[in-house]
Amino acid sequence: MTTRVVTITSGKGGVGKTTTTANLAASLAQAGKRVVAIDADIGLRNLDVVLGLENRIVYDIVDVVEGRCRLRQALIRDKRLPDLNLLPAAQTRDKSAVRPDQMIHLVEQLYNDFDFVLIDSPAGIEQGFRNAIAPAKEILIVTTPEVSAVRDADRIIGLIEAEGKGPGRLILNRIKPDLVKRGDMLDTHDVLDILAIELIGIVPEDESIVVSTNKGVPIVMNGATPAGVAYRNIARRLLGEEVPFQVLKTTHPGLLDRLFRFARGQG
Amino acid sequence: MSFLDRLFGQETRSKDIAKQRLQLVLVHDRAGIPAALIELIKDEIIQVISKHLEIDREAMEVNLTVAEKGQNRLVADIPIIHVKEPYGT
Ligand SMILES: Nc1ncnc2c1ncn2[C@@H]1O[C@H](COP(=O)(O)OP(=O)(O)OP(=O)(O)O)[C@@H](O)[C@H]1O
Ligand SMILES: [Mg+2]
Repeated sequence: MTTRVVTITSGKGGVGKTTTTANLAASLAQAGKRVVAIDADIGLRNLDVVLGLENRIVYDIVDVVEGRCRLRQALIRDKRLPDLNLLPAAQTRDKSAVRPDQMIHLVEQLYNDFDFVLIDSPAGIEQGFRNAIAPAKEILIVTTPEVSAVRDADRIIGLIEAEGKGPGRLILNRIKPDLVKRGDMLDTHDVLDILAIELIGIVPEDESIVVSTNKGVPIVMNGATPAGVAYRNIARRLLGEEVPFQVLKTTHPGLLDRLFRFARGQG
Repeated sequence: MSFLDRLFGQETRSKDIAKQRLQLVLVHDRAGIPAALIELIKDEIIQVISKHLEIDREAMEVNLTVAEKGQNRLVADIPIIHVKEPYGT
């Protein structure tokens, strides 16, 4: 059995890497896969709070790299989902505390005991990003449908290609169907046109993400919300299932949409 | 924007502007050649060609194109108005 090592990265900050990592990790664990989620954002750790595991941290990734503990001691197992494990980032150090070759070595120690290693990359194109992609066998690029985020995603796609890790797959996050409908937001088609990369998921803007982040419970553990369904679909696609892309709902469906849904018995 | 405006294409949707701007900026990002350098080259081309030909500066275009895999190209389209003395007839 081979361990799949998937890095989630973006270029631009704040587009949803950590939220994506937490939800994919939880969703894969729900599907019975043994998962380690690694927070590679040293100095700005967040994956622990998004997963609701912040109170259980004893050791972190820098402790492992510097030999203060063994890797297994630093892994935090989620009591709600026993197949989900977190390797937290250090909060009081910076990106230079770990080198790419150390990341590769660390992840190799997880081979065979886990099905998935998901790595939450920091924003930017500097050492933190290099650390995060060094052990990756697959890369997911998160972007939002904004000019600056798409531009940065393009840069990241170029860097990933140059590292021989390309082409990666795209997650388009925070789509607002109402804005798209008005022609005031780039849609999936526009972004794919520009980036020419395979799509693996479309996640709508969803207020329940705020609620779930407040509580430290990933949204996929929270019933059927639009973003939760979207993340679950991405996890299924990662597992090789062919899941059709959903048509995102607008709050005020137009006449045509309504007729269409009515005609299909969904009205 | 009103329904009629959109129907008659009076106003460009902001996402179309976003897309155009992105496409343009990415051509330069990908090639590693800033837009200002192309402008500079364009001015110098005008100087050289104008010694011999009168050209339509407004309609002239010099564009960078980026091939998926392969070479970046500078494509110039320069409409000639007429040939200057002493070559012209
Ligand atoms: N689909 C969504 N709907 C609503 N809010 C979202 C969505 N995705 C992300 N957010 C919110 O956006 C903010 C940034 O998300 P997140 O921390 O996952 O981004 P990031 O890319 O990891 O940021 P950084 O670059 O700082 O690490 C968070 O407050 C998160 O709750
Ligand atoms: Mg983050």
